[in-house]
Amino acid sequence: MKFPFAFLVCMISFGASAQVKLLSLEDFDQRLANGKDTTFVVNFWATWCAPCVEELPYFERLQKENASSALKVIFISVDSRSKLGKLVNPFVKTHKIESEVFVFDEPDQQKFIDHVDKNWSGSVPATLVVNTASSRRSFYEREFSYEELKSLTINPN
Amino acid sequence: MKKVVMSCFLLLAICMKLSAQGYTVGSVVEDFRLKNVDDKMVSLADFKSAKGFIVVFTCNTCPVAKDYESRIIALNNEYAAKGYPVIAINTNDPVASPGDSFAKMQERAKEKNFKFPYLVDSDQQLTKRFGAAHTPTVYILAKTSKGNVVEYTGAIDNDQDESNPSRSTFVKNAVNELINGKKPSVSKTKAVGCTVKWKKA
Repeated sequence: MKFPFAFLVCMISFGASAQVKLLSLEDFDQRLANGKDTTFVVNFWATWCAPCVEELPYFERLQKENASSALKVIFISVDSRSKLGKLVNPFVKTHKIESEVFVFDEPDQQKFIDHVDKNWSGSVPATLVVNTASSRRSFYEREFSYEELKSLTINPN
Repeated sequence: MKKVVMSCFLLLAICMKLSAQGYTVGSVVEDFRLKNVDDKMVSLADFKSAKGFIVVFTCNTCPVAKDYESRIIALNNEYAAKGYPVIAINTNDPVASPGDSFAKMQERAKEKNFKFPYLVDSDQQLTKRFGAAHTPTVYILAKTSKGNVVEYTGAIDNDQDESNPSRSTFVKNAVNELINGKKPSVSKTKAVGCTVKWKKA
């Protein structure tokens, strides 16, 4: 039991593979908390959600343009867990997504919705911005243009 | 004077809450009149012997709604006879989502042999009034002397994949409780869904 957990943490910390992985809510929290002054931009999307698919490249661009700063884009697909192999993995490959992509290892959607943010109705796209050092945790249940995304994550004021 | 100001604020707060969130548990639902796939108009008042309703905001195109389609059919099969028929309403604008046109709704209802109304909300006013943000979303209503009161809002169950045998069947549980004269023990749930495809301004 201990080994897979350590393995998962390693994968989360250093994984650059395009393979979509399952992520437990505990590991999700841990990842954000361990980030210290890193600004995490966590985008919730789904393969079936057209506006989500449209804005995925904005997040990828944000990551590329801030590769040397403490900014980390993470994608979490809300496609149901059974669709990981059939839908999410092929999608990530064809769209050549470079940022990490996860699916929550939690079949009860209500649990992860409330866990991410109490005010989230469950609609996607949605984006969570977290910076542990500056105690920032902002949640947005909406779509973004690239400019909006940039101003919101780089210059939060 | 103070009381008047206070009640004004309270009223304002309630109004703002209504416009922002739509109906919540305890709200009295104003009846509506929408066109069904058989071209007839349908209102809640038409269901004289109903004890309540399972109102489902759904559509033809959303993969989550599709995953739940057979469960919506099963809910009507089980509960229409017990006084809680399903009323399905398509939320989506047919220009924004061509797969949700009235003709496509008729096709789907025929193909799947819907035994319940599948209504078109052409101006999307009812979807707005209820505050349904995504499909599928359920509102369970109970008929009372005050009118049709919302007793439950949210998801059909917490297992979109139908892969977890210990899933919580929220809507079934709530309707069973209402049939047994109880208030639903879980009255508000959440799930992932597709955003309503609104008419472009």
